[in-house]
Amino acid sequence: MAEFEPKIVAFVCNWCTYAGADLTGTSRIKYAPNVRMIRLPCTGRIDFMLLLKAFDQGADGIIVSGCHPGDCHYTAGNFHARRRWIIFRQLLDFIGIDARRIHFAWISAAEGAKFAQFVNSVTAEIKKLGPYQSYQKAIGAGIE
Amino acid sequence: MSLDIKLLKKESLEQWFGKISASGRRILAPVERGGKVLFEEVSSPAEMAGDYIQTTLSAKSAVFPRCEELFGYALEGKEVKLEERKKEPQPTVVFGCRPCDAASFAILNSVFSWDCPDELFKQRLDKTAVVSISCKKSDQYCFCASVGGGPGDTKGSDVLLTELGSGDYLAEVITDKGKKLVALAPELFGAAPAEDKAKNLAKVPKEFDLKALSEKLGRLFDNNEFWLEQSLGCLGCGACAFACPACVCFDLQDEGNKKGGRRLRCWDSCGFALFTLHASGHNPRPAQSQRWRQRVMHKFGYLPDRLNYLGCVGCGRCSRLCPADMNLLEHLKEIMNRD
Amino acid sequence: MMDELRKKAKELLLAGAVKVVIGYGKGSGKKARPLFARRPEQADKLIFDGSCQQNLAVYLTKPELKALGRPAIVAALPAMRAILQLAMENQVAEGLLVVIGLSPEGKLIELPDFKAMEDYLAGAALELTAEQKAKLEKIEKMSPEERRQYWQDQFAKCIKCYACRAACPMCYCASCLVECNQPQWVPAPSHAIGNLQWHVIRAMHLAGRCVDCGDCERACPAGIPLSLLNQKLAAEVFKNFKARAGLSAKQEYALGVFKPEDKENFIK
Repeated sequence: MAEFEPKIVAFVCNWCTYAGADLTGTSRIKYAPNVRMIRLPCTGRIDFMLLLKAFDQGADGIIVSGCHPGDCHYTAGNFHARRRWIIFRQLLDFIGIDARRIHFAWISAAEGAKFAQFVNSVTAEIKKLGPYQSYQKAIGAGIE
Repeated sequence: MSLDIKLLKKESLEQWFGKISASGRRILAPVERGGKVLFEEVSSPAEMAGDYIQTTLSAKSAVFPRCEELFGYALEGKEVKLEERKKEPQPTVVFGCRPCDAASFAILNSVFSWDCPDELFKQRLDKTAVVSISCKKSDQYCFCASVGGGPGDTKGSDVLLTELGSGDYLAEVITDKGKKLVALAPELFGAAPAEDKAKNLAKVPKEFDLKALSEKLGRLFDNNEFWLEQSLGCLGCGACAFACPACVCFDLQDEGNKKGGRRLRCWDSCGFALFTLHASGHNPRPAQSQRWRQRVMHKFGYLPDRLNYLGCVGCGRCSRLCPADMNLLEHLKEIMNRD
Repeated sequence: MMDELRKKAKELLLAGAVKVVIGYGKGSGKKARPLFARRPEQADKLIFDGSCQQNLAVYLTKPELKALGRPAIVAALPAMRAILQLAMENQVAEGLLVVIGLSPEGKLIELPDFKAMEDYLAGAALELTAEQKAKLEKIEKMSPEERRQYWQDQFAKCIKCYACRAACPMCYCASCLVECNQPQWVPAPSHAIGNLQWHVIRAMHLAGRCVDCGDCERACPAGIPLSLLNQKLAAEVFKNFKARAGLSAKQEYALGVFKPEDKENFIK
């Protein structure tokens, strides 16, 4: 039986994490191929609904990553994002959405190695959790 | 159609349910859920709600679901391929609705079979049988008697059960569909009881005359102050329209991606602010008072004029659940009190 | 006590100080309903008792009510909080409305300005009742799978009537996010995903703004325990950011500001 390869969607900011991922590539560091990158100007632009939309489209895991606090290209976008995530995670957990499938990190443009390490660890964790069946079952539910 | 009158003992209900389920029909019946009474699929009469006047939401979802797929589509290059919906409507028995609910299916049908016959609705309606239970009790929100109905009215029912003093049911088998249901377990249906059906019905007074109402409505259309006064409390939600067994407004939603998707039909309400919003940005009903007027006029004016069906069965649900206590019967009586 | 209320309302209308008094009147059966007294004699129909639960502040942002002119509003505690929150969000302005305060027992409270309301609320009991706390804890103590099943069952009842939104004083957006259809950000139909995403988005848009009046739950025809969602997030906002909605006309929106030292334990 083929091993389960999770689909992971990564919402990353253009200036730090995306550049960091570029660095991972140029440094020829190998990392798990399961991530689909979505580049945004800033983590502050990430509407929390985007995360649910990723699950809608079949994602088994989600990565959200941006500049370290204090280093945001737009000064404070990541500070706003952080507050949003603090509350959103609690809501998701409260209503039974698997918060273990959503991972957050601050990864700067210089942290190519950290990006690879982070992706690898998230991929391993999602692999262990398996496909996100309970969410995927809900996708067609309630339609007669 | 000859009307058969039989006796169905209370304890026979369980067996009848069993035979109905075994025949491949699903049974939708009133069930108590979190303080409300809602129609849900059941397999036994024991699951049914006990003492209640009326369910919170109607049984219209049996023929007009909250959300249904109309068709699918696949995008292949520049080609759009339509795909038939995969789910066959399941044969259904709506069990334990009231005579007012039974009468509502014909109203829904009048719209769905009007100028462009709705195939999917027709399939669902054909596959749905209605076993109603007469009303022993009514409350101040009920006004079936004013809109051509009554607590023991048979209109729209395939079988009408009336609970007698003994707890057993007088069963009126009205249509061929009803006969087929009885034929699943004919041994359960005994000879007609001697007891009078009317003795076991609630007393619902007639509160107004329809013809007079229609006439007064016609003269009230332009009276903006009247409609404003009536509708100031209205919050503009869709609860009344969604609970109403006779409301048919729907929205079409395409859900898909680059590869394809499906077209869904779901409930909509003329009470929503953006219901009549045009693509140009113009809204012919920008004020809640106009939307409230529309609701009343549509049910008691336009629909009877156009399709010879009143858009209301007097079930009272809208008034019971309105968060702002908009009481339709009161509003209609206010209209009647005008010159 | 009701005499005092009616007298005050009549005075305001007679003096032309307000064009409408938004209060409670007798409704169907044992219910109360919103009463909009525009003529002084209509003030005689105002009541205040245990049946008066609806948060009338919801009417302050309705275009039809605003068009009537300067309002007076009968405000029990939840409505007071809602008014302050609306003021903080620039939806109502001091001086452009009169607040007729009522204690839980129905005693008239002098509230000449927002500061008076803030002072009154500072002394009020705003914690969840023991019953409310118990309901929240019951969910929190469930396993993640039990929680998922619980909310799946609850949301399955949702018919997307938006009564929760319509009854909520904080949901005053002229065009709600669900009405955005380019793209259709929140699915409109009441299927499982559509219902889930609606309730998620509403809870998040209310985090830090909800004043816990409970009208959403009361309005819901399907009996979904919506207050739990809002109470949970209100507790989280308080725990993490020490902010509580509706206590001042000048406070900040917790999710609109930040502190560089905000703490979390989940970002690597």
